[in-house]
Amino acid sequence: MLSLQRNVALGALALTIALAVLGAFVPEWILYTCALVLAKGLVVLGLCLLLRMNLVSFGQGLYYCAGAYICGLVSQMGISDAFFLTFLAALGSAVVGLILGLFLSGYRSVFFAMFNLALSMILYGVLLKSISLGGSDGVGVAAPTYLGYAPDGEMRLYVFFVFALAVAGASSVFAFLYTKSEMGLASASVKDCEIRLEYLGLSVRYLIIFNFVIASTLAGIGGALVAMVSGHIIPELAYWTTSGEFVFITVLSGPNGILSAFGATAVFETIRLVAGQNMPNSWQMLLGSFLLLSILFMPNGISGLFRRAKAPKPDAVGEGINND
Amino acid sequence: MIEALEARGLKKAFNGVKAADDVSVVIRSGEIVSLIGANGAGKTTFVNMVTGYLKPDSGTILSQGREITGLKPREITRLGVCRSFQIPQVFNDLSLEENLLVAVNVALKGAARSHSPLRNAGNRNARQMADEILVRFKLEDYRHNRANEVSGGTRKLLDVGMATISHPRVLLLDEPTSGVASNEKFAFMDVVMNALADEEVAVMFIEHDMDIVRRYAHRVIVFHEGRVLADGATEDALNQDDVKRYVTGSAA
Repeated sequence: MLSLQRNVALGALALTIALAVLGAFVPEWILYTCALVLAKGLVVLGLCLLLRMNLVSFGQGLYYCAGAYICGLVSQMGISDAFFLTFLAALGSAVVGLILGLFLSGYRSVFFAMFNLALSMILYGVLLKSISLGGSDGVGVAAPTYLGYAPDGEMRLYVFFVFALAVAGASSVFAFLYTKSEMGLASASVKDCEIRLEYLGLSVRYLIIFNFVIASTLAGIGGALVAMVSGHIIPELAYWTTSGEFVFITVLSGPNGILSAFGATAVFETIRLVAGQNMPNSWQMLLGSFLLLSILFMPNGISGLFRRAKAPKPDAVGEGINND
Repeated sequence: MIEALEARGLKKAFNGVKAADDVSVVIRSGEIVSLIGANGAGKTTFVNMVTGYLKPDSGTILSQGREITGLKPREITRLGVCRSFQIPQVFNDLSLEENLLVAVNVALKGAARSHSPLRNAGNRNARQMADEILVRFKLEDYRHNRANEVSGGTRKLLDVGMATISHPRVLLLDEPTSGVASNEKFAFMDVVMNALADEEVAVMFIEHDMDIVRRYAHRVIVFHEGRVLADGATEDALNQDDVKRYVTGSAA
């Protein structure tokens, strides 16, 4: 078990360093897009954990937006340390997730999805009308510093990219170990049979709230990263199309991968970037067609492609206990 | 003496229909008891009340001297009263081994809040316990098959196996042989009873097949219209006239 943890951590570290080195040689717009992918990928990672339990939140923008606003508003007070701001955003969105999770854990399927959507639209409305929080114009976010180090000029984006990589890497290691853990396995079984879990002695509600808090924390961290890289936060972060985008990417990713969450986000952002430039009036159509095809041909998303390749052949199926 | 399970004066009505009408039953550790009765006689209602799925309108239930009336299923489970289901309640998308690992971790760790979010669910200790159950219930060959890939009988064994891991003091099996091919029923029950032989447990099973009842039960409790019609050693109970008339259908 310890060796699994060590290997995964080492693998993630190697990948992070490799990407950080690679990042030094790419143009700024690619670096910016990559930072965006890391931020949004974290939100998708959280949604994947919920999807493992057959729960889809159509309002993940709420926690994304909460994290971004916590980061932005605190940075307005003159605190610009990226580590501290990210920690604060994670904590804040975890608390929001816990409070709302207590209520939402009583619901399933479309009710769960729609209550999340409704709550996120309430936050959107409140932010839109709050002049002190910038109203529809939003709030500027101060350039982040790193434990006293304040990069400037060209270095600013690169250093942030490395920071975002480290945060995403650490979160991915946690998420991977989590999915293999005692808690993670119990959570994955919620979608199959809640009755059995209760009759084994586990509270399904507790499991749902626990995963919901992790998902909202990841969304809050993603929000903080997006606030820092874009330097500006607006109420649209909580708007339903933002949440819809996350669900779109989650479907593309499939529930069972860690890297696939980031991979799917990268695919999504690339399509939007390319399509947006070449067919500015109909890029949504291309995106829609792409989703349609991906659902038809890879119903379990990108992660499903890798899973299917490893799954045991069903020819070992037993006929009954006498059949040995 | 502290009984494994004791029910006193249980009553439960659904829209005026008495599903349990003054049911009092005592089960001791080590006993194998069969609950029989026609459909609607109140067997499953009794099991559902004992395991916390239904709350009795009145009456008390005790396990090892402790009152469990009206507790939640998971609280009753933690006090050592476990059950299997007529339709196996297993995790279809997980392998048999993973199914058992979920149960093993509950047996080792208890409530959800004691489960670690980082420690591997398949750690050596947990895997050993899951292995032991796989062997005891003759499920080794299917350990890597998902639960929805195996036969109904195998799924039923898994269901019973999952209920057994925490070493319950009382184990309630709701129609263990329903859905098992008729020529496999004895083999199935042999596996279950052998697996439970070393446990210090009171087993109570609902059954419609009298051959199974005769072969495996020490004692029979007969339900009829929500009441206990007969309660005694298997042959004695089955030979009572009103049991033959109302339940087994072999009227003298």
